[in-house]
Amino acid sequence: MRNFRILARNVRDGFKNVFRNFSLAFASISCITVTLVIVAASIVGSWNVQNFTKLIRDDFTIVVFVQNKATEEDLTKIKSEIETIKNVESIDFKSKKEVMDEMKKSSQTFNNVMSSWDETENPLDDTYQVRVKNDEKISETADRIKKIENVESVKYGEGMVESMVSIFKIIRYILIIMVVGLIVVTAFLIVNTIKITIFSRQEEIEIKRLVGASNMSIKQPFIIEGLIIGTLGSIIPIIITIYGYSILYEKTGGKIFSQFIKLVKPFPFSLYVSGILLLIGVIVGMYGSSKAVRKYLKI
Amino acid sequence: MEFIKMTNVEKVYKTGVTAIYGLNLHIKKGDFAFIIGASGSGKSTLIKMLYREERPSKGEILIGGVNVGKLRNRKVYKLRRKLGIVFQDFKLLPKLTVFENVAFALEMYGLPKSEIRQKTLKAIELVGLKEKAKSYPHQLSGGEQQRVSIARAIVNSPKLLICDEPTGNLDPDTSMEIMKVLEVINNLGTTIIVVTHDRDIVNKLKKRVILLDKGRLKKDYEKGTYDKNEKL
Repeated sequence: MRNFRILARNVRDGFKNVFRNFSLAFASISCITVTLVIVAASIVGSWNVQNFTKLIRDDFTIVVFVQNKATEEDLTKIKSEIETIKNVESIDFKSKKEVMDEMKKSSQTFNNVMSSWDETENPLDDTYQVRVKNDEKISETADRIKKIENVESVKYGEGMVESMVSIFKIIRYILIIMVVGLIVVTAFLIVNTIKITIFSRQEEIEIKRLVGASNMSIKQPFIIEGLIIGTLGSIIPIIITIYGYSILYEKTGGKIFSQFIKLVKPFPFSLYVSGILLLIGVIVGMYGSSKAVRKYLKI
Repeated sequence: MEFIKMTNVEKVYKTGVTAIYGLNLHIKKGDFAFIIGASGSGKSTLIKMLYREERPSKGEILIGGVNVGKLRNRKVYKLRRKLGIVFQDFKLLPKLTVFENVAFALEMYGLPKSEIRQKTLKAIELVGLKEKAKSYPHQLSGGEQQRVSIARAIVNSPKLLICDEPTGNLDPDTSMEIMKVLEVINNLGTTIIVVTHDRDIVNKLKKRVILLDKGRLKKDYEKGTYDKNEKL
């Protein structure tokens, strides 16, 4: 009961202090706001990069050309052998007739030439479209498939695929480092801003210590203050994230630069990001306060 | 009965300055004692050790049987709840009213509201500020502010009241009023230690006088006056 009363009092005091010392609290709030806006932008950016990386990667396919002379039996054998490779996710079969039909549709010239062929004359190859689980090992997998009997050749956009994979990897790491770095910088900035605000209340802390307040009951209102400051500081970044991202999505129709790069749908994505921002604001605010007030307590 | 017992207390600051040398001092329960001495004689260090703002480097300080020097930082608040401290500069919170300033300490302990109210009003009444309970410190005179800080110090009925130059910022008449308030509190059974430079109040009150000189106990008068020959 006693501790509950102290807590209730400290919650009340935390609120009071924020509004009584609003000009100082405002400094901390703006500091959190500005950095959280940048954090929001980097989270949105990295999430989107992550997303379209995944979309592009999902499209990575190894095309396996089967020798023209292969029989039905050979085909099943090839399929079952490909299936034994661990990295293979799925296999789709496309017969030479299907390939021919596709090509006929794609151009008039092809149509003219190919229409003269009959069933047995088709010089094209049957193909398997193989999707892999881990695209970083795509070349390895392709090599293994190539060695299977009756496989004519494999194609997977050699070189291009590998360089794209490594570029995406780098982009992802850079963005993750940016987000983490920003959070650390924010925490540091906030600790310092709150230190300045607490500096002006040294006397209050001193008096509390002299009249026999325990360290915890001195710290608590400051931590609650940090929580309030963190929450208030994340309001504007959250609004910017939710509205800004929806507007961006609408204006671009969900695609930027090319058809290739698709944006993540605004809902519930922007709500997740808002949740993360609020969490960062609150944790950083509380951590900042408790770290800053520690200096004035003899613990 | 010995309430405060100091045995061979020595205080050396980190800077290498020795503030107190081998001090032995006993103060009885219910005593009223002045601690006097020139600047740098160790008065402030002595009382800071009593409320455990400083630790003695050597020796032992017992208050009501508790070894204050051995108290851990985390536990200091338990000692502070049993004593009241009054400062020269009052140390009131400017944004709180008189009532809130006095109730402040009790709220920190998590007492129920009704008990806080009752004890606070009692303390404010004792120092004669009942009419000004809703005023803010800046609306009060120096003497009134000091009375608020006394009320705050005694609100939890401490066994010991430590006053560090309580009249240092006040004119002679107001100083006497403050001393009268302290006498009343003393008569209620609280042990009081007053550090002061104020010749007049020491001479008028005729209480125990402990004279410090360069960190050593020079004289200890039972019903003393401020010796005119002492350079202070």
